[in-house]
Amino acid sequence: MGQYVVGRLAQSVVLLIFVSILTFGLIHVAPGGPAVLLAPGMSGAQIAEAQQSLGLNDPIPVQYVRWLGHLMHGDLGKSYSQGLDVTTLITKRLSVTLQLLFTALALSAIFGILIGVVSAMHRNSLIDHLATGFSFFGMSVPTFWLGLMLIILFSIKLHLLPSSGAQTLGQPATVTDRLEHLLMPAVVLAVANLAQIARYTRSSMIEVLQADYLRTARAKGLREQSVVWRHALRNAMIPVITVIALGIPRMVGGAAITESVFAWPGMGQLAVDSALQRDYPTIMGITMMVSVVVILTNFLTDLSYLLIDPRVKLSRG
Amino acid sequence: MSTTGLAQHEQEQGTSRAALTGERTKRPSVLQRFAENRFALVSAIFLIVVIVAAILAPVIAPYDPTRITIGTELQGPSFKHLLGTDPNGRDVFTRILYGARISLSIGVIAMLISVFVGTTLGAVSGYFSGWVDSLAMRLTDAMLAIPVFFLLLAVLASLGPTVPTIVIAIGLTSWMTTARVVRSEVLRAVNLDYVLAAELLGASRARVIVRHLLPQALPSMLVASTLGVAQAILIASALSYLGVGVQPPTASWGNMLSDAQSYIFSEPMLAIWPGLMILFTVLAFNFIGDALRDALSPYQN
Repeated sequence: MGQYVVGRLAQSVVLLIFVSILTFGLIHVAPGGPAVLLAPGMSGAQIAEAQQSLGLNDPIPVQYVRWLGHLMHGDLGKSYSQGLDVTTLITKRLSVTLQLLFTALALSAIFGILIGVVSAMHRNSLIDHLATGFSFFGMSVPTFWLGLMLIILFSIKLHLLPSSGAQTLGQPATVTDRLEHLLMPAVVLAVANLAQIARYTRSSMIEVLQADYLRTARAKGLREQSVVWRHALRNAMIPVITVIALGIPRMVGGAAITESVFAWPGMGQLAVDSALQRDYPTIMGITMMVSVVVILTNFLTDLSYLLIDPRVKLSRG
Repeated sequence: MSTTGLAQHEQEQGTSRAALTGERTKRPSVLQRFAENRFALVSAIFLIVVIVAAILAPVIAPYDPTRITIGTELQGPSFKHLLGTDPNGRDVFTRILYGARISLSIGVIAMLISVFVGTTLGAVSGYFSGWVDSLAMRLTDAMLAIPVFFLLLAVLASLGPTVPTIVIAIGLTSWMTTARVVRSEVLRAVNLDYVLAAELLGASRARVIVRHLLPQALPSMLVASTLGVAQAILIASALSYLGVGVQPPTASWGNMLSDAQSYIFSEPMLAIWPGLMILFTVLAFNFIGDALRDALSPYQN
């Protein structure tokens, strides 16, 4: 067990190094490199001076190792566009993004599993067909457009929910106010993932429901509720957890889009703004930070298999 | 493993053998089974209409998609402007038609790149086991485990958001499913007798892969490509909406929505049409992909 955990941890570190090389490399293949974009109005001499002081004249591997060194100490450099420490800039926004992300993750997992189980129990019924239709919609609808449509409906037409921000400005933040701001973005971010989870839960449940041990459970006289929710779901969950974990990297990308639609003051919005302004230190920092969160979540997911399924083999790793 | 491969092989040979001996197979053809799925049929018709309209855009479209005209801003739907005009006085219907060209081309070309990369990696990794296989699969796992969308933002920020960059960037970050699927199909087929026979006859490795192994993976590749177009269109439209994709004045469904957002309070209808086009197009590709999967699966029904 200990060996497995250490092995998986090592894998995660390798993965992070891979991401860092990829991010750093991609930024530095840009024609002219990052320095030309410091400020469009600078003269040739100023650019040369700036390049010298930022160490941009050193060979790229040297720059990479220096960047990685700073990274280890939590120093992600200075933002080109805002002049602030990227680390400060990001940490302020990380928790705001995580709020959105985890609410959406919880919504999609809870309702996805619920819808999947109910459709599997009533296969080919009206509920099942509706659920399938909803899944296709969820997988096909552009996140940002769904957000815009909900804003039109709930904010502009019905005046029920606020259209942007994480709280009403100029007011002390109350819990209701925060929840009202959180609801639409969280639902929008959850939909695609929810659809995916519902589909996998359904097919996994259908497979498990045909298993012999469930017939035994029924023959024993257990109530159907207990058979489905306690015996079948536990086994059907294993592939579903994989799907939930696999969905996280995509959900993080979705968060960037959702934050832009709802002006949610998180990291995703900052990433998009930085991309538009070619603020490389910020975008590299965010990519790294987000990758750490995602890879950590994957690591924890793998550990959760140990809890949910005692048969999982720990030989590899 | 080998029995499933055999069954699939026989199923694929079924038609030709039936044709030779003159007997009719009881199993309906793939096309018939596909056509039984009404959603897929409607989707196919819808896509054909959209594709034809996109190709014929210069003929059908009543106006210039990019020229800004003064005095015709933000008009409602009329016979002159079927879907009204945008804040720059341009005809929305015209821009949707031209947007279809960009959005569909990006989707299809990005998919071709991702299928090419995925198939190559998957086939090589399935055929040569050992370190080549582990390396390719670790790379696939890595690409699946990282938030690719941020990488796309970084790439487009540094290389600039031109259409070729967008297409290549999306293609190179979405090949993972294809690689996994192709690898497993190749693994399934690589030990079959006819592959061994080809190897014994002295066929080169490249020939064995291309002529004998990849045809086995073709059905799965077809499904993966159809779903791949849907994904690519979604990602490209999101990037364009965020401003790091297709740049104005070129019309794409995504950047039309980003224009529309500034007017969402006064002109909500502007945001509806491009979004519906994305939704229906992506939905159509997803329905077709799903129906193909069912129709091509030898064990259905």
